Amino acid sequence: MRKRSLDMVHTLAKRDERVVFIGSDLSPNLLGEMKKEFPSRYYMEGIAEANIIGMAAGMAMDGFVPYVNTIATFITRRCYEQVAVDLCLHDLPVRLIGNGGGYVYAPLGPTHEAIEDIAIMRALPRMTVTAVCDAEEMTRLMDATLDWPHPIYIRLGKGGDPVISKAERGFAIGKAIDMIDGETGASDVLLIATGVATTQALKAAGSLAADGIRCRLLHLHTVKPIDADAIVDAASKTKLVVTVEEHSVVGGLGSAVLETLSDRLTGALPPVKRLGIPDKFAEHYGSQAKLMEDFKFDAKGIDVTVRKFLAELRR
Amino acid sequence: MNHQTALKYATDLDLVQQATLDDRSRHLRRLIFRAIENGGRGHIGPALSLVEIIRVLYDDFLRVDPAKPKQLERDRFILSKGHGCLALYAVLADRGFFDVSELDRFCHFESFLGGHPETVVPGVEACTGALGHGLSIGLGMALAARMTGRDSKVYVLMGDGEINEGSVWEAAACADKHRLSNLTAIIDYNKIQSAGSVFEIQNMEPLADKWTAFGFRVFECNGHDVEDLRQVFREAAAYAGDRPRAVICHTVKGKGIPAAENNPDWHHKSDLKPAELQIVRSALGS
Repeated sequence: MRKRSLDMVHTLAKRDERVVFIGSDLSPNLLGEMKKEFPSRYYMEGIAEANIIGMAAGMAMDGFVPYVNTIATFITRRCYEQVAVDLCLHDLPVRLIGNGGGYVYAPLGPTHEAIEDIAIMRALPRMTVTAVCDAEEMTRLMDATLDWPHPIYIRLGKGGDPVISKAERGFAIGKAIDMIDGETGASDVLLIATGVATTQALKAAGSLAADGIRCRLLHLHTVKPIDADAIVDAASKTKLVVTVEEHSVVGGLGSAVLETLSDRLTGALPPVKRLGIPDKFAEHYGSQAKLMEDFKFDAKGIDVTVRKFLAELRR
Repeated sequence: MNHQTALKYATDLDLVQQATLDDRSRHLRRLIFRAIENGGRGHIGPALSLVEIIRVLYDDFLRVDPAKPKQLERDRFILSKGHGCLALYAVLADRGFFDVSELDRFCHFESFLGGHPETVVPGVEACTGALGHGLSIGLGMALAARMTGRDSKVYVLMGDGEINEGSVWEAAACADKHRLSNLTAIIDYNKIQSAGSVFEIQNMEPLADKWTAFGFRVFECNGHDVEDLRQVFREAAAYAGDRPRAVICHTVKGKGIPAAENNPDWHHKSDLKPAELQIVRSALGS
């Protein structure tokens, strides 16, 4: 997913001379082909996130579409004021590509784990927040970024993530995607997920369906602007909503879904359970998969949670 | 001010303090107070120190057209110390970017002129107010000009307190790396920040040496002497090297109102009293 997103920057640069790449002290040969082909639109800058955001803003004010890339924690936390003022207040078409959403950098510890990036980006007016589920969907997202007139945060997964998306389901920024054929109406449980958590949710839906539990899965590759119509419609036809995200339960996808339902759903709100990272910094290293398992939002954790809550609802 | 007497600059700092203002400079200050009186508030000291700098840039150097403020080929001026915006509004209004009567609605609900400048104001290039952002935006614009082969020049004016921000020095290093000879950093060196003397709050001396060490070709001048400003910006423009320029303008916070000069109490006023307005009127005439 990471490689695809950067390869796509090069592809877009061939297609459109407004495209510029700005990295912050990344790998030595990153986008080397783009550097060779378009040296004047390739910038590998120092470890100075505040500066590169302002620099991208200045370029965008004069007609360029900069794609800025570094580790997700640094491109969100470190330069938050520049993102808010330079990009969002001016409503500029700058794209922030954040490496290592969630627990991708589990072995490196909490300084490198982007657990609240969706929350803080989502809080900014005019910011678009995306987390696709695999490399193929990344291609479709990157295609759509070229002419999107607002700033975009692009959250990256680990790379090598299994491909679960399908081109025939279409792609538009801000539009949710139904991930299970034949399950687009009434359901026992509505799973709503973003990023690679959708892969876990899809797996859980398989094991639940095997036992006759009707699962619908909405994949939100765009957390903001949120597809309120799809969420409200699907939630009105289910017994239980479970949100899944590789992100803090404070302010992320689950919060966004709850806000949407609270604001828009008329009638009774179905029970909503949020799965994700509890409000704490990681206390272990290990791997992304191990930490997801530990906080019970891997496929097995989702399966167990859904069965438990459905059983409680039946009582 | 013991530190100040030890400063080593070619500019005579006593002459900076004593500089007299011509009719145009007093006229622009009257426009500033027209806005303050109607808005009921404003950053006074920080605006009065940079009137002559902005005036000279707009009168003599910037290639901008008030009728076409977004023309791509224009030069760019970013007021990075956004709290000095009253001086920018006065100059922009005076030069016809918008009607002078807009100053009467400064900070009003329906006005586009707020306490920090935004790009909804014709002629304003960047929304500023959060300090330490302008130089990075300016270098992005300078790179954009280079990428498209435009001759646009970019000027970024910063406060002497503002340059405490680390992001300013991130930007300075980057401007040096890219040899942005089309970028000029300007320091409004009035030597007083909000809490008091810059030498007590956060001394940035040796300031010229810092900018030089960061790769800039450094110039200095009396920031209230219009002729000196013209001369220094001419020299900076004529400098043939590939370095970005820094122009240190020695100024006086609150310049033009004796009671406000070098007085941190006049940094921002939200309720100018009749007696204070009388002080302003007697200093500037009507």
